[in-house]
Amino acid sequence: MKTAAPEPTKERLAERKGPFTTISGRPIERLYTPDDIRSLDYARDLGNPGDFPYTRGIHPTGYRGKLWTMRQFAGFGTPEETNERYKQLLRAGGTGLSVAFDLPTLMGRDPDHELSLGEVGKCGVNITSLADMETLFDGIELGGITTSMTINSPAPMIYAMYLVVAEKQALRHGSGQGAWQNLSGTIQNDILKEFIAQKEYIYPPRPSMRLITDIFTFSAREVPKWNTISVSGYHIREAGATAAQELAFTLRDGVEYVQYGIDAGLDVDEFAPRISFFFNSHSDFFEEIAKYRAARRIWAHVMRDRFKAKNPRSWQLRFHTQTAGVSLTAQQPYNNVVRTALQALAAVLGGSNSLHTNSLDEALALPTAEAATLALRTQQIIAHESGVTNVVDPLGGSYFVEKLTRDMEEEALAYFDTIDRMGGMVEAIERGYPQREVAESSYRFQQSVEKREKVIVGVNDFVAENEAPIEILYIDESAAEKQLAKLETLKRTRDNEAVTRTLGALRDGARGSANTMPLLIDAVRAYATVGEMCDALRDVWGEYEETPII
Amino acid sequence: MNQKIRVVIAKPGLDGHDRGAKVIARALRDAGMEVIYTGLRQTPEQIVGAALQEDADVIGLSILSGAHMHICPKVMELLKEKGLTDVLVVIGGIIPDVDVPKLNAMGIGGIFLPGSPMQDIVDYITKNVRSRVEQI
Repeated sequence: MKTAAPEPTKERLAERKGPFTTISGRPIERLYTPDDIRSLDYARDLGNPGDFPYTRGIHPTGYRGKLWTMRQFAGFGTPEETNERYKQLLRAGGTGLSVAFDLPTLMGRDPDHELSLGEVGKCGVNITSLADMETLFDGIELGGITTSMTINSPAPMIYAMYLVVAEKQALRHGSGQGAWQNLSGTIQNDILKEFIAQKEYIYPPRPSMRLITDIFTFSAREVPKWNTISVSGYHIREAGATAAQELAFTLRDGVEYVQYGIDAGLDVDEFAPRISFFFNSHSDFFEEIAKYRAARRIWAHVMRDRFKAKNPRSWQLRFHTQTAGVSLTAQQPYNNVVRTALQALAAVLGGSNSLHTNSLDEALALPTAEAATLALRTQQIIAHESGVTNVVDPLGGSYFVEKLTRDMEEEALAYFDTIDRMGGMVEAIERGYPQREVAESSYRFQQSVEKREKVIVGVNDFVAENEAPIEILYIDESAAEKQLAKLETLKRTRDNEAVTRTLGALRDGARGSANTMPLLIDAVRAYATVGEMCDALRDVWGEYEETPII
Repeated sequence: MNQKIRVVIAKPGLDGHDRGAKVIARALRDAGMEVIYTGLRQTPEQIVGAALQEDADVIGLSILSGAHMHICPKVMELLKEKGLTDVLVVIGGIIPDVDVPKLNAMGIGGIFLPGSPMQDIVDYITKNVRSRVEQI
């Protein structure tokens, strides 16, 4: 039977003015038929959920077994204020925590640093020392929840703080031994995407990779259930990459981390099961779903065939998703509720293991409590009312989705080849390759929006005149004042000799080949600050300065 | 003879989100302006220093971090100190509505929030920049 799509005639089958492309610019056919997936082999290319290559998911029971973790990213102002927001989110039904840190913390600066002025508590919570971390989780049992921390350059310091808080909590209930053995959570700890997209780097690439492999080694033994890295595409996408670039650069970053871990002396199966991923969920519904399915298939082959991992858990890609911040509009903000819902649904249909949904006001400010609750409710409605969780990988077998999955996989593998030929991702970054790809894509997208080839509702079409402003969360300087006061007290009351000693040991260890984690834990216990610990390493490695690519 | 409009695009403070700044820089270049991008994590002193050194007609600040009420007064103060009060200052990023009048009062007329078309920014600069011909 002929299944090719009939050609349009002038009267019948006339189409609107094209082009018909995804938001990434990928052309889409009008119709997909069995011809498009003629070479698809179920066992080889798909497998059942839980079977290699995991295209259909890593768990046989999917969401029937366990819903994705509803993990809302949150943080602002002081640790006290954020602690309150975490408790609100948990009361509202959130099932995991996710910490947003402010820019001083992210950049390894204390609140009293010149560059921190005006920045404390504005984009996330300020964490200056272990004392702040203890306050952040006051009344929250770390043994009973998983926390993801979006921290990169100072990830080792923040991770060390979390470990010490968990240990102190466990000691308080008399279960001090083995507090870390069962502790689960995630640190983002993905420096490569900082060089490519988010730009929260401190040290140059190679010392940064050393800090990461130190964490792999340390955690494999001491914190075996901890996800030591969340290899991220979210930020690369937000910076302007296409879906295929997001997929390719993220997974190739993953390949780089695995190689560096092996080069640091680890057996691949010792640390690979604890690598996790973090993707964007953008506006083109089917492109995103195909992206997630392609990601699982690509990674399964990379781990089994390229790295010869033996443990199936090393082959299984687990990922968190966040709906696309960059798609939110300042105009007609309530439209963002709809955008987020569709993007969340795409992530669910793609089998995301964890999900953050953005709030309607996030093109304007950090979310209000009401907006944050509505974002969580969006997930709960999908989970409990839509019925999509009754079946695993419901779109499996769709001519369109399987073709798109295959196309995205091929495009990603082509990028792998290019980067492999450059000598790896670190080398590619040093040459500016991924940065240039992202800059090109972002400019092309902006041009298409300005030419109205891409409609953004409320922005370049369906515009409203004289919109009434909505109430937003305004963060003033009181957080900075409080954190500065605490810092001043801390420096007076802690054992400064211990701080000096542990920072000295950290510098010495960093200059040599010692694992930096135990040294950082010592400094953290002495209440050394984030700035002090990061500066100690700045003394050893200096700071990275990028050559900007427009 | 009209010379090219010279624009310094700057990322002040700790924020590293540079997509907007880079896209605008390129749009201004395509519109025939001379654009100098300072790179990330600049202090107000470094930005004004660059404007002085580059004989800039315009400073474009990109701030998404909420630090604008600290950074902008400093930049305006330094421009005054250096005798650069006729440099046009524009800002893009995340600025709450309540702060817009405060920035206007400081002398920042061009405030470009999310969704602003690149052409609007080009037009604003072209219309409001000091005339170089008059300077000679």
